[in-house]
Amino acid sequence: MTPYAVTTVDLARAQFATTSIYHFIFVPLTLGLAPLVAIMQTTWYRTGVDAWLRLTRFFGTLLLINFAIGVATGLVQEFQFGMNWSVYSKFVGGVFGAPLAIEGLAAFFLEATFLGLWIFGWDRLSPRLHLATIWIVTLGTWLSAYFILVANSWMQHPVGYKMVDGEAQLTDVWALLSNEFALRAYLHVLLVGLTTGSIVVLGVSCWHLLRGRNVDLFRRSAALALIVAVPVTLINLTVGNRFGEAVTQAQAMKIAAAEALWDTQQPAGFSMFQIGGFSADDPDPSFSITIPRLLSYMAAGSFDAKVEGINQLQAQEQKQYGKGNYIPNVEVVYWSIRVMAYLGVAMLLVAGVGAWLYRRRRLEKARWYLWTAIVATAFPFIAATAGWVLTEMGRQPWIVQGLLKTSQANSPNVSNATIGASLGVFVVLYVVLGVVDFVLMRRYARLDPPPLRQETGAAPVPSY
Amino acid sequence: MDLEIFWFCLIGVLWGGYFVLEGFDFGVGILLPVLPRDERERSTMLQTIGPVWDGNEVWLVVAGGATFAAFPIWYATMFSGFYLALLLVLVFLIVRVVSFEWREKSEDPRWLTTWRWANTVGSIGAPFVWGVALANLVHGVPLDSDGNYSGNILDLFDAYTVLAGLATVALFALHGATFLALRTTGDLCARAAALARRLSIPVAILLGGVLAWTVAVGVDRNDKDVFPPVLPAGLGVAALVLTVILVMRRRSGWAFVATAVATALWVATIFTTLYPRVLVSHPSFSNSLTISGAAAAHYALSVITVVAAIFVPVVLLYQGWTYHVFRARLGGEPPAGEPVEGLEPRAAGSATG
Repeated sequence: MTPYAVTTVDLARAQFATTSIYHFIFVPLTLGLAPLVAIMQTTWYRTGVDAWLRLTRFFGTLLLINFAIGVATGLVQEFQFGMNWSVYSKFVGGVFGAPLAIEGLAAFFLEATFLGLWIFGWDRLSPRLHLATIWIVTLGTWLSAYFILVANSWMQHPVGYKMVDGEAQLTDVWALLSNEFALRAYLHVLLVGLTTGSIVVLGVSCWHLLRGRNVDLFRRSAALALIVAVPVTLINLTVGNRFGEAVTQAQAMKIAAAEALWDTQQPAGFSMFQIGGFSADDPDPSFSITIPRLLSYMAAGSFDAKVEGINQLQAQEQKQYGKGNYIPNVEVVYWSIRVMAYLGVAMLLVAGVGAWLYRRRRLEKARWYLWTAIVATAFPFIAATAGWVLTEMGRQPWIVQGLLKTSQANSPNVSNATIGASLGVFVVLYVVLGVVDFVLMRRYARLDPPPLRQETGAAPVPSY
Repeated sequence: MDLEIFWFCLIGVLWGGYFVLEGFDFGVGILLPVLPRDERERSTMLQTIGPVWDGNEVWLVVAGGATFAAFPIWYATMFSGFYLALLLVLVFLIVRVVSFEWREKSEDPRWLTTWRWANTVGSIGAPFVWGVALANLVHGVPLDSDGNYSGNILDLFDAYTVLAGLATVALFALHGATFLALRTTGDLCARAAALARRLSIPVAILLGGVLAWTVAVGVDRNDKDVFPPVLPAGLGVAALVLTVILVMRRRSGWAFVATAVATALWVATIFTTLYPRVLVSHPSFSNSLTISGAAAAHYALSVITVVAAIFVPVVLLYQGWTYHVFRARLGGEPPAGEPVEGLEPRAAGSATG
């Protein structure tokens, strides 16, 4: 085979990567914006200050535009397992299918139904009940994320199953639901959602403050965003780090590759930046900045700990699973973990400086800061994408860690041409949707929040 | 009852729920180019389904998830086999979903027209492909001895399956018309009722024919006797006759119930004819997938059974309540969803309508 031959698996992976990354642009914003809108509405309900109602409506519109694409692209994810990965689906369905089905029944019904009630229910429900609907939407989105991460975490760290005739069967649902990998991933993703929601609300508010209109309104939303952003970005650095320990236990190779650590070290230093050193033939970087002992702490919680290297892990896996290459793409995962972590720190700084300026009542005067906050709205999306690239590419060559390889998991009866066509369709469709969505979000984010309207018209007639 | 058979029935119920509920919101989309006279009426039509279409679509998501969990082999074979057809469905559904959210975001006439047509195309395309796909489960597709689909997309289309797709679209148009006659007022309501009267007889003949043909296909291709499939098919024909009578007598509430029942019985006929298989193979019948051959192990089935036993009733309760909240007829009033100035946040206002 020539190096340029594209296999069916490559195309199926390209499609999965494209559609998943795209889907996960919308998901964290929904996870974070829903509770922020709920807090805004609660504040209005408690204080009766009109500004909070206007902010609720304003950010609620952004939530809706975003939610619609999240739903549409989520359906693609559900269908895609069966369409492109039928061997995988048969192999894992007896375990992986359950959290997906539970997600639909317990969470997705809840968020979709109650979002409809929230949008259209302003004059149909009592204020208290209407307020409850947005909190139920929040609950639904958070539950939804939990079950999806339970499913994904089983691919990273399979638990609660047995193998029967080459297929995985669930044996312990509690082990599946309380998979430590899943709980840590879930906490991390929730904080990512809150980070995304608050950084976006902050950026949009700063844009309006920069324009100098509705200053009273957007100073409030900026304050709310900062109150959320400072602790969640700070906590998430710790949580992300602790999550790294769980990954080290379940997937030592992922961490070794993400650090480009070719040979076992004790203690191991953390490479901040390096040029070269990403292949087995060229294991030594030509330039690097390394902090001594930090990797030992990050991977195992102690500054003296031993961290296993790629070469040793490769030898171990060969012994355990037979001949083969068990090393993921080192360069990609090395940079994805750094992009994620560095942007995480950058967002903490943006939030911290913003809070400091706000306390000194200089937020709306510090134009450099307002611009920084606007630019920073891109950070959570890039960081989340990098995080998933790390999680999924770092697991390769496995599709289910230690059980099934990606190269053996695709649909045998689906041709290159078919997947190529569908990849083309999704790329075109998603680019168009992305452009329209971005234009709409930007337009609505820049609008003045609507004034409150007086109700007119006769009482509606019930249909039954 | 055997858990595998229970889940086969439950997946039938989920598809039935999906067809009954999303059926009328597809119908509203199908009727967008023909029923309304102006932009205001178009908005009213879309408002009748605005609060509920998203929750209706979740029935499909859950049907898909339940198939994955309860019958991994069915899910894998069907989804990889019907690949391009499902790709089409996804495109139709995605375009339709964004049309709801984006249409109202600009007043530009070209923008409005674009998304109106996007909605209609999605509302016709998706149920057509679903009708074809479900009919193919019974009609049979080429499966090899490993249970993999060995045909191409054209194998999914023949006279019976295409007619089943068309009948599904026609049924949803009628279902949408009876829904609109129930949920709107004035001129729009009168025209929706008139359209339902005109559609009812052709739809009854078309779907009645497809129901009878489905029973025949089951006998021919799935080794079935005429009974029991004839039972839901016969009841379906009865529901269609009742629909004709009720729309002619202008009983809008009961007419909607009748189209809903006819829709449910269309799905019931397919699943009854399909039993005890989940995907018929043709020409090599022995490669067909059976319920027990495609099912997940007992433990996984018991877990999701407990979850379904708790959540299906709860979902029915809150979705039912949602329909109750939005039971007001629409037409002539300003767009819903605007908060009211001077609304007292603490005051316990009562639900209107």
